Amino acid sequence: MNILAQKKSRWLEGGIHGFLFFCAFLSILTTVTIVVSLVWESIPFFFEVAPLDFLLGTTWQPLIVPREYGVLPLVVGTLQIVVGSALVAIPIGVCCAIYLSEYASPRMRKIVKPTLEVLAGIPTIVYGYFALTAITPVLKSIYSGTETYNAASASIVVGIMILPMIASLCDDALRAVPGSLRQGAMALGATRFEALTRVIFPAALSGITASFVLAFSRAVGETMAVSIAAGATPSMSFLPTESIQTMTAFIVQVSMGDTPRGTPEYHAIFAVGMLLFLITLGINMVAHRVLRKYREVYE
Amino acid sequence: MTQMKIQPNKFNQGSEPEKEAPDPRQDSALSAEHVTIRYGNTVAVDDVGLAFAANQITAIIGPSGCGKSTFLRAFNRMNDFIPSASLEGAIRFQGIDIYDPAVDPVEVRLRIGMVFQKPNPFPKTIYKNVAWGPQINGFKGDLDELVENSLRSAAIWDEVKDRLHKSALGLSGGQQQRLCIARTLAMQSEVILMDEPCSALDPLSTGRVEDLMLELKQNHTFVIVTHNMQQASRASDYTAFMEAGKLVEFDHTEKMFQNPSNQRTEDYVSGRFG
Repeated sequence: MNILAQKKSRWLEGGIHGFLFFCAFLSILTTVTIVVSLVWESIPFFFEVAPLDFLLGTTWQPLIVPREYGVLPLVVGTLQIVVGSALVAIPIGVCCAIYLSEYASPRMRKIVKPTLEVLAGIPTIVYGYFALTAITPVLKSIYSGTETYNAASASIVVGIMILPMIASLCDDALRAVPGSLRQGAMALGATRFEALTRVIFPAALSGITASFVLAFSRAVGETMAVSIAAGATPSMSFLPTESIQTMTAFIVQVSMGDTPRGTPEYHAIFAVGMLLFLITLGINMVAHRVLRKYREVYE
Repeated sequence: MTQMKIQPNKFNQGSEPEKEAPDPRQDSALSAEHVTIRYGNTVAVDDVGLAFAANQITAIIGPSGCGKSTFLRAFNRMNDFIPSASLEGAIRFQGIDIYDPAVDPVEVRLRIGMVFQKPNPFPKTIYKNVAWGPQINGFKGDLDELVENSLRSAAIWDEVKDRLHKSALGLSGGQQQRLCIARTLAMQSEVILMDEPCSALDPLSTGRVEDLMLELKQNHTFVIVTHNMQQASRASDYTAFMEAGKLVEFDHTEKMFQNPSNQRTEDYVSGRFG
């Protein structure tokens, strides 16, 4: 009998295929469900409040009469945290990554990298109380007008939180630059610093940028630390010494309170959640594009 | 070629080496004396003494792992970047020991250039690849002219003159390697070390690189490490044969390939091992 005609039934192969497909499908299903529930729950909100009033209004006062649903103060608060934390985390994170990838001895790396990872593993609520009990007093001693709950303290602590992410991803990007480029630069009489700033850093730039964008999206979504350190006062003032409220902090505030289900303020958290989702989605799409470009930089 | 000095020629205060009747043992651009190189406790190069004649091409051949690349890299201090590597002995460039603590390794690499096994152009434009070295070393002069001359010398000008400001990564492997040679030429280094420069190239590109060396040796001293014995016999004036970290034989290329004194050399060049 022809050996090729003896087709064996490979039921296990098929079973594995099906199981793996199910796992992949599950993650898509989860995402779709989240989006659907966000949209579904925020539709009633937009019957009460015009979308433009929501997006462009400058007063956010959903819990006290007269209720106002202008989301801009929350967006401004979030922006303050993102910009403030970036100012803290980007310079330190990049320098840390440069040190790790270019200057640190293997022994030093073995100490610094795990320490950074520990920093990344601390629960965010711990960071929140660290800000409140350690950073805020320092800020108060520098400028006595600082409020107990303030944007600066929250920004600094979020900066510390995203620092390991930036340092680690930048380190990866720098180390991904082929050693042959480094050697080529050195063989042309470059100093270590010249090779770094004029060949290696530019070659790693898209990976470095991508790490910033991922860190931004983490800062946008940060909730616990910001709720604790920055207070709950929606504000358009841009003053880092004053209390603010971010989008996520508002969601926490309402969901921990006793807002009755079905009221506009209840639906408001879904509207804010959806806006937040769109913002992080936008940032992640940008990051994805940058990352794709990054893969093409050196073959 | 335009005469210009990128850096004050601080090694070159003595008399110019004579150009006639080169005998590597006397008239050398670069020499190694009792050089031993270790990686940790492993000896990679074992007490090698060798001198490279000025304006000549010297090939270093030997089986894989014989230490020839490690030895070559010692001449522009590229082994400095391997933390476990250590060197004993002296390497003299125009009379000065380049491992003397008073010598700046960056200065050494300005004077002794290197072309690597795998073409490694920077992810920049063709123009910037050539201009990069002179620029960071404070070149003042006509950069466009320097770039053009270097690309012409490396026999790649005609192929790239219309795309100078396009990425160097769009070039073929052979073109990239000639670009890397142009980049080294732009530094006006006296000595150019080549670490198996053709191992990633097709025979046609290999031939072009060899022709290039023969043309450029008027102004430069070449040391080339190669796996390819035909290449050594075609393109070099002197050949050194290394095995297991030791120098086995060193002589005129013709003699090395036709009438070597050492039995191991004869076995190797005739393809009996390696």
